[in-house]
Amino acid sequence: MTTVADAPVDPTVERRRAVQQAATASLRRRRLGSRVALGLCWACLAVAVVPLVAVVAYVVAKGLPAWNLDFFTHSTTPEGIAGGGVWNAIVGTVVITTIAIAVAVPLGLTVGLFLAESDGRPAAALRFTADVMTGIPSITIGIFGYIAIVRNFGYSGLAGSFAIGFVMLPVIVRAGETAFRGVPRSLNEAAMALGARRVVVPTALPGVITGVLLAIARGLGETAPLLLTILGNEYLQWNPTKPMESLPTLIYSYSQQPFADLVQVAWGAALLLVVVVLILSIGSRVLAGRLRKERR
Amino acid sequence: MTDAGSRTPKVEDALTLQAEEAMTPSPAGAVVMTLADVAVSFSGRTAVRDVTFDVHGGEVTALIGPSGSGKTTLLRALNRMHDAVRTASVTGTVLLGDLDVYAEDTDPTLLRSRVGMVFQRPNPFPTMTIYENAVAGLKFNGVRKKALLDEAAESALIAAALWDSVKDRMNAHASTLSGGEQQRLCIARALAVEPEVLLMDEPTSALDPIATKRIEELVVELKERVTIIIVTHNMQQAMRVSDRCAFLLMGEDKAGELIEYGPTARLFSEPSDPRTLDYVNGRFG
Repeated sequence: MTTVADAPVDPTVERRRAVQQAATASLRRRRLGSRVALGLCWACLAVAVVPLVAVVAYVVAKGLPAWNLDFFTHSTTPEGIAGGGVWNAIVGTVVITTIAIAVAVPLGLTVGLFLAESDGRPAAALRFTADVMTGIPSITIGIFGYIAIVRNFGYSGLAGSFAIGFVMLPVIVRAGETAFRGVPRSLNEAAMALGARRVVVPTALPGVITGVLLAIARGLGETAPLLLTILGNEYLQWNPTKPMESLPTLIYSYSQQPFADLVQVAWGAALLLVVVVLILSIGSRVLAGRLRKERR
Repeated sequence: MTDAGSRTPKVEDALTLQAEEAMTPSPAGAVVMTLADVAVSFSGRTAVRDVTFDVHGGEVTALIGPSGSGKTTLLRALNRMHDAVRTASVTGTVLLGDLDVYAEDTDPTLLRSRVGMVFQRPNPFPTMTIYENAVAGLKFNGVRKKALLDEAAESALIAAALWDSVKDRMNAHASTLSGGEQQRLCIARALAVEPEVLLMDEPTSALDPIATKRIEELVVELKERVTIIIVTHNMQQAMRVSDRCAFLLMGEDKAGELIEYGPTARLFSEPSDPRTLDYVNGRFG
C-alpha cells in the first residue's frame, strides 16, 4: 500500500472511488445504448432478409409447379403445346457461361495477381478500371457487345460469352487481388528465403475459388448483355457461333407473353436460376471453409 | 442477455454491491483474488484445469510454464475476456474480493474496470492521441469531469514512467511513440482506471532488452498501487519481478494444469514437485 504518511486519503483510492461511481452511474445508460444498438442491428437484418426470403419463396411457389422431367429435357414449344421445357436455354447458358469462364478466369486472376503484387502506377490504373467496370450498367456492356461483335459477325452464343466475360472479369480481378493480398507477408518471406521468388497461389486458393464461383453466379443471372448479343433461339443449339437461347433471356421474353403456359415456363426457369445461383454461393462458402480447415 | 424487466432490481443491487466493494481498499497481503478449480475449455476441449490459488494484494504473481500450458488462457479467464469467444467456457470459481466474477449478475464491463489488462503487443488506439489513449478507459466508463481526467492521466503516466517524455506532446498520436513507450502508454491507460488488479500477458515479449528492463522495473514499482498478475515464459523475469509464482504444465491430454504454487524464492530454490525443479533449472521448456 502507498505509504503517504501525512495524507489522510490515498489519491489512488480516491480516484478509484470516483471512477467506480461514474462507471456504475453510467452503466444503466451504456446497457440501454447497447440494447438499442443490438435492436437496431436485428431490425436492419430483418429489413434486409424479409424481401430476400419473400422473393425466393414467391419464385419457389410460382416456379415449382412448372418443374417436371419434360421441363429439363425438352426444348421450348409454342404456346398451347404441352411438354415444352427449357433444355435449349440450359444448353445455351451452360455453353455461353463456360466459354466466358474459360477466358475471364485466367485473365482475371492474372490481373488480380499483378494488382496484389504491384503497387505502381499501372496497377493503380488497372485497379481503377476494374472498379469502374464493376459499376458499368450491364446493358452498356450489352451494347458494347452488340457494336463490337454482333454488328460484324451477327448474333451468336460467342457474342454472349464475350459480354458475360466482361461482366465477370472485374469481379474476378478484385476477388483475386483480395485473396492474393490476404496471404501473410511472413509466408511470402519464408518462401523468398528458400530461394523462391514468390509463393502465394496455394494459400490464396480458398479466396480465389470463392471469388470465381461468385463471379459465375453473377454471370449466370445477367440478362441485359445477352439480350443484345445472342438473339434467342427456340430450338436446341449447341454451336456457339449461332444464335442461342439462355435462361435469363428466356425468362425475360416468356414472362411478357400473354399465354399462361409460357409464363409458367418462365417462372420455372427463374426458379432454376435461383437454385443454381444459391448452390454456387453456398458451395463456394463450404468449399472455401473446408480448404481453410485442411490447412490448419 | 439478461431479461430487463424482471431482473432490474436484482441487477441494481448487485451493481451497488459491486461498486461498494470496489471502493473499499484492501490491506496489503490480503487475498485479492481467489481461484478455485478454475478450468477453461474451447469447444469442449480443455485448455487448462484444476487451478486453485489465492492472489495476494500488493504483490506480483507470475504465471510461468512452457508454451501450451495455458498461462494466457488462465489469465484471460480472470477478467472474463473469454466472454467474447463463443466456443470458450470457464468453470470453477473466480472471486475478486467477495465478488463472484462469473456470477450471472456480475457485469463484465464493471468487472474489467476493476481488473485491467495489458497485452503481449503494445496496442494503443492508433487514431487517438497520447492523452486520449491515457483517458480512454475513463471515458468508456463514463467519467466526464475534465479535472478528474487530467489528474488521472498525469498520475497514470507518471506511474508508467512516461510522463516526462510525453508531457509536452500529449496531443501527438500514440503511433509516434517507440514500442517500449507504446507499451508503457498501454500500462498507463490501464492504470488510469485505477483497477485493483492488473493482468499482464507477456508484456515484454515484443520489446527489446532495454525496454524490457524498464517495464520490469515498472512492474515492481507498481505493485504498491495495484496487484499484478503477470504471464511470462521467461523464468529470469519471473524471478526478478514476482513475489509468488504459479507453475503450469501441459498434461498428457494436452490440457494445462497447475503443478505448483508458492513464494517465488521457494519455488525456484526448493520446489516440492520434481517437474518444477526440472523446469526452473532449464531442463525443458
